Amino acid sequence: MSGAVPVSSGGGLPPRAVREPTIVACPDGPLLVRGDVTITDADGQPVPRRRATVALCRCGVSTIKPYCDGTHKAIGFTTA
Amino acid sequence: MPRGPLSLAVLDLLGSGRVHGTDGAGLTETARRVTERSTDLLTDDDVQLSLYVMYELFYRGFEGVDDEWEWDPVLLSARAVVERALEQHLAERVPVPDGVVPQRDAVADALFALTAPTPGPSVARYVAKRASLEQLHEFLIHRSIYQLKEADPHTWAIPRLLGQPKAALVEIQADEYGGGDPGRMHYELFARTMRGAGLDDQYGAYVERVPAVTLAGVNVMSLFGLHRRWRGATAGHLACFEMTSSLPNRLYGDGFRRHGFDQGTTWYFDEHVEADAVHEQIAGRDLAGALAQSEPELLEDILFGAATCLYLDGLAGDHVLSAWEADVSSLRLP
Repeated sequence: MSGAVPVSSGGGLPPRAVREPTIVACPDGPLLVRGDVTITDADGQPVPRRRATVALCRCGVSTIKPYCDGTHKAIGFTTA
Repeated sequence: MPRGPLSLAVLDLLGSGRVHGTDGAGLTETARRVTERSTDLLTDDDVQLSLYVMYELFYRGFEGVDDEWEWDPVLLSARAVVERALEQHLAERVPVPDGVVPQRDAVADALFALTAPTPGPSVARYVAKRASLEQLHEFLIHRSIYQLKEADPHTWAIPRLLGQPKAALVEIQADEYGGGDPGRMHYELFARTMRGAGLDDQYGAYVERVPAVTLAGVNVMSLFGLHRRWRGATAGHLACFEMTSSLPNRLYGDGFRRHGFDQGTTWYFDEHVEADAVHEQIAGRDLAGALAQSEPELLEDILFGAATCLYLDGLAGDHVLSAWEADVSSLRLP
């Protein structure tokens, strides 16, 4: 036997370095956004993004919109 | 300074040149005697300080104390006696939700229900509306015992988890540690808040000032974090911690703004309003929920860990509020 050691891929493609964008709609809660996504305001200006995973307000009463501050839990917001 | 026979024995041992592994002074026996006689382990200063010191050897240790003590069999034996007593104490008192099935969403729902915001007096509301500058200082001093090592006790669980729960815990903890930016690590932000308020931000600076009930909250995190058998409780504890954080932190920030503190000082609280609204979603479903689904035998522990977090937070809150309402200090006298 000689030559290069075969590399087992284990099936499928290797993951990209940057995580694929995903949005998780949390039951009775915010939208969790992961991956390479730019969040902008209505004028197209990027909204500062301080963490890899962010939660976008879905109930409308967050004091730090567009991000979630947990207030949905205090107002009985449901997505059902 | 020791607070009774057990902490005296522990501190004596650490300060002695004694050979490791020899129990000439009968430390384990002292631990047994002290825990058996204790009327309430969670408010027992001697017991909680002893446990705090023994656990601290696993974090940053103590200046002038040999790191070998971390795995000293005598200390571990005495610690085990205290831990078993504490576990029993909690099991007899902490109300744990029942009727929960080990499925991801069911567990997350149960945890969100357990931690749902409640009306009525709370430390957060008091801080927001009424706390004096001195009381704000007290608040930071209590919090400093954990917040200057924020996230560390739960990090112990990472190697003990697999798959989705592990990834979820890493995702949360990475954010706790500032996403790799040293200046944004949460414990660094807390140190900044302490400096902004004119307090000593040195690790452990205020241990002597905090009562047993404050130490108990941190000790239970270490108890859960340092034992593989309690990995479910660690997951539940973290989920509960995150779920009871965003809304109070907004109020804490309000209290400091009310006293005119700048944005650098309130950064820690503002950061937690946003961060923990993310973390609670991950911790509820991807950590605790997914763990219960993949290891159903851990369900009870997950719920116990969460309920214990809530229970201890309640005890500590009652202590602080009753002192403040009576216009006395919630700290120990210097």
